Amino acid sequence: MKRTVTIIKTGPQALVQDLGRPGNAHLGVPPSGALDQESLKLANRLVGNAESAAGLELLLGGLVIEANASCTIAVTGPPTELRVDGRLADSHQPVHLKPRQTLEIGTPQTGLRTYLALSGGVDVPQELGSRSTDLLSGIGPEPLRDNDVLKLGTPNPARGADVVPPHRALQTLVIPIRLGPRDDWFEDAETQLRQGQWTVSDRSNRVGARLNGTKLNRRDGEIPSEGMITGAVQVPPDGQPVVFLNDHPTTGGYPVIGVVDGDHLRFLGQARPGTTVTFRPVD
Amino acid sequence: MLLRRCGTDALLVEVDSLAEVAAVRAALKKLDGIEELVPAARTVLVKGALPQVREALKAVDLTKAPTTHPREITIPVVYDGPDLDLVAETAGTTPDEVVKLHTDATYEVAFCGFAPGFGYLTGLPHPLQQPRLDSPRTKVPQGSVGIAGEFTAAYPRATPGGWRLIGRTEITLFDAKAETPALLQPGDLVRFVVA
Repeated sequence: MKRTVTIIKTGPQALVQDLGRPGNAHLGVPPSGALDQESLKLANRLVGNAESAAGLELLLGGLVIEANASCTIAVTGPPTELRVDGRLADSHQPVHLKPRQTLEIGTPQTGLRTYLALSGGVDVPQELGSRSTDLLSGIGPEPLRDNDVLKLGTPNPARGADVVPPHRALQTLVIPIRLGPRDDWFEDAETQLRQGQWTVSDRSNRVGARLNGTKLNRRDGEIPSEGMITGAVQVPPDGQPVVFLNDHPTTGGYPVIGVVDGDHLRFLGQARPGTTVTFRPVD
Repeated sequence: MLLRRCGTDALLVEVDSLAEVAAVRAALKKLDGIEELVPAARTVLVKGALPQVREALKAVDLTKAPTTHPREITIPVVYDGPDLDLVAETAGTTPDEVVKLHTDATYEVAFCGFAPGFGYLTGLPHPLQQPRLDSPRTKVPQGSVGIAGEFTAAYPRATPGGWRLIGRTEITLFDAKAETPALLQPGDLVRFVVA
């Protein structure tokens, strides 16, 4: 019989995510996958899964599940309070659930996205090699709903876990950026980026972190659509930059002033609206 | 050919025509270690294996069409699109002649984008190269066949869109659960036939 868990309450948004489906951009398919992949990988290691197993990405916590079979879980991302049958438990640690026990995940004190790994991983059918929900193109499973029952894969024997202190999301982000490919659309792109200041908009989502603040002055017009990579900082005519995250469109016609290193995108994926952002152009 | 930096591990190769895009794509396709290879109208985005990419680009002959063995795909179309009359009028001809022009040509998938499985097909006869609608539709039904500029395309699913619609197809253009999810891939040859 398949091990399962029942979703009692999803919270604001609960999505199945693994490491995504990169390599399909030529078909118009975004990479998708967990926005904070380090946190998902850690959660998976804590419960004995392969790092690439599918878990849940929660926006501002709020998830309640009931285990229908024995399973080990771990919650990672920013520090978050957990309760098992009402009793406090730790995030960033493996926690054992017995059949019919309930796990409640609180709202993180900082940051946006917590990750829940379940021993055996979430077992939904793969689409283009991944179980991730792509909110832009509708590939992968639907966002979870209350009362959904999730199948789990076969668990591995526990292997002893790393101890990792949770990181708190910062109130101010300084993001390294490399100029190009279309920095020539901007007068002194480097100075404009260096001197500007932005805050994360509440219209940000898995497609992109939208920034409000200093207007980046650019030429008028559009470029014939060209390929976009994750981390590209696209500047629409209003001059307010958008940093493309994992569910970004694979092509676009607005100039990309620079590209954020992949290592720093997880911080944008964790940045609450109102977080201050500055860019540090690097070579 | 202009190489534009795109972060630490990608390059945007800018060229002057779709034919040159095809030549660049063909030259890079065979390299090992490429993570993404995304042709577009005047560019090829390539991620991964940059030293090998730079070497291969030094040797590429942009004037030579790639010798490939493309797949050939036929798409049956019912030509009853809401903009068929507008397209005929703009071309100074009749709807029947528009259908003949559209079905007589052979197209090539230049690139995909906009939505999964949305292929931009080149080879559109000149009278059918027409501008987008002044005001895009908020919802273009799945399977709609349209034209815009130098391209024709079929919509894999319902999306907003500003292309002039001349017909519709029942064929599945994209199915994420299928072994080969996208019917159209860059380099494929396509013909439209009256369903």
